[in-house]
This record gives sequence, C-alpha cells and structure tokens, in this order.
Amino acid sequence: MRWMWIDRVVELVPKQRLVAVKHVSLAEEHLHDHFPASRGRAPLPVMPTSLIVEGCAQTAGILVGHAEDFREKVILAKIGKFEISRDALPGHTLRYTATIRQMDKVGASTVGTIELIEHTATGSTATTIGSIDLMFSHLDNNMSGHEFPEHNFVFGESFRTLLSSSGISGNW
Amino acid sequence: MTRDEIFSKIQEVLVDALAVDEEDVTATARLTTDLGAESIDFLDIVFKLEQTFGFKIAQGELFPENVKQDPEFVKEGKVTPKGIATLRARLPHADFSKFEADPQIAKVAEVFTVDALVTFVERKLAAK
Repeated sequence: MRWMWIDRVVELVPKQRLVAVKHVSLAEEHLHDHFPASRGRAPLPVMPTSLIVEGCAQTAGILVGHAEDFREKVILAKIGKFEISRDALPGHTLRYTATIRQMDKVGASTVGTIELIEHTATGSTATTIGSIDLMFSHLDNNMSGHEFPEHNFVFGESFRTLLSSSGISGNW
Repeated sequence: MTRDEIFSKIQEVLVDALAVDEEDVTATARLTTDLGAESIDFLDIVFKLEQTFGFKIAQGELFPENVKQDPEFVKEGKVTPKGIATLRARLPHADFSKFEADPQIAKVAEVFTVDALVTFVERKLAAK
C-alpha cells in the first residue's frame, strides 16, 4: 500500500477542481513521534506539515492525472508557495481543495487551500489555515528529455482504491 | 507596452518563479547559470508569462524541444550546424552567436537570457 495522505475524495469537477479530506487520528503512529514527551514537556501530537504538503500534492496530483484519464505519469515537480498558520491535531479534519490554474502537454500548475475542520458536540467549523501553489510534470513529456518506464508507476492500486471507495469510476 | 515595461514585468515573473532577488534579474542574466532555473522552472516561466501578458505560448515556441533526441541535430554532445540553423529558425528571440563557437548541447540553455525573454514577449505582443 502506497502511503496515502488523503482519506477520501469528496468532490471532483474534472479538469477544474478536486476536494479531499484527511482525518487526523491519534491511532496514527507517527503522531506519537511528532512530538514525543521530553524532559519538562508533555507529548504534543501534531500532524507533520510535510505530510500536509504531501496530502495537498496527492489531491492536486489526482486532479491533474484524472484530466488525462491517468495516462500521464504526473509527478510533483515544484512547490511554488506554501503557507500554513495552524497545527492540525488528533480529531481534526483537514480539507484540501486543488484547482488547476494552467495545464498543457508538459505539465500543470495548481493552486490549493487547506481548511481545518474542528468537530464539537454541536457540529463542526471550518477555517482556512493555508494555501499552496504546486507544479506537476507529465514525466513522459518532461523538458529535460529524460525517459521513464512505460507502465504508469505513479497511479497504482492505492490511488484506484481511493477513487473507487470515494465513488469515482472511470476507464482507467 | 515599452521594452522597459516588459522587462519590469518579466523581472517580477522571474523573482516569483525562481525565488531570486530583483537585482539579480539583469538583462544579460542567463536563466540557468545565473538564476538557477531547472527544467520544471521553464514550464513555470511559460505559465507565468501567459498569465502576465495574456497570450498562449505553444510547446517549443519559447524554449527548444526535440533537439537532444534528434541525431541530425546533436552529434557527440554537440549541436550540429543543421541543429543550430533549426534552433535559430524556431527561436528567433534567442542569440546563438556565442553558443555557435562552442555548441555543447549541455550549454544550449545558456542562450536563454532575460533579454531573450523580453524580445520574445515583445514579438508576441507585436503579433497580437
């Protein structure tokens, strides 16, 4: 199983926008190491920011891949900008929204937002806590001229499982 | 739009795309050697120029493509005279005169200076 950092795709407007959610759980082992108790400090389980970036990249990457029916090998090539203002803690939900800004044969640029959804006894509230600009390369058309294996090693079984469990079907 | 105005907008594009300081983006600065651009940055620059100036740039119109892979254009790591002629015809905004003296394919990206981008945009806007 590939490391998936989104739990479900909740909206897909092909070639335009994809929204995905990630539930932060105390059952995730890495939260116990990020950060463990140390002398004079209690444990502080916080979703690692690098994995939030990965979740955003998977959200946008699926959107870009889906636009060409997953024929292209879509690889994250550049993080143009990333800002985040709050920590995500166990019990929170992160909602990632990715939008394609530009796309051509060589790759795509996307913009994204990160929302933090806090659950309470009476409901939940969503707050935008970050934004991200990403660039993706279509590997087989990359400008450096490098060649890669023919099979699509990017969008494997894990991505297909995620899409089908999110109710998204297609001929891929 | 004057050449100076185009230069100023391109300066903003490159500061944003390459995370460089404005004063480093001079007319003679080379995108790769001086400003640190890598292959994906070229796509980023193409996208940002399209957004800034409101025109579409076809693949291979600003930066070369299919040159390295063609044995008629590259032999033993050097661009052939036919390859240089083709590059000149396809990319009239770039100055290949220095490159011609030592046409190593690895150095072809050095012809892309800030000035070449300004010329490219100037030509595109004039043709609009």
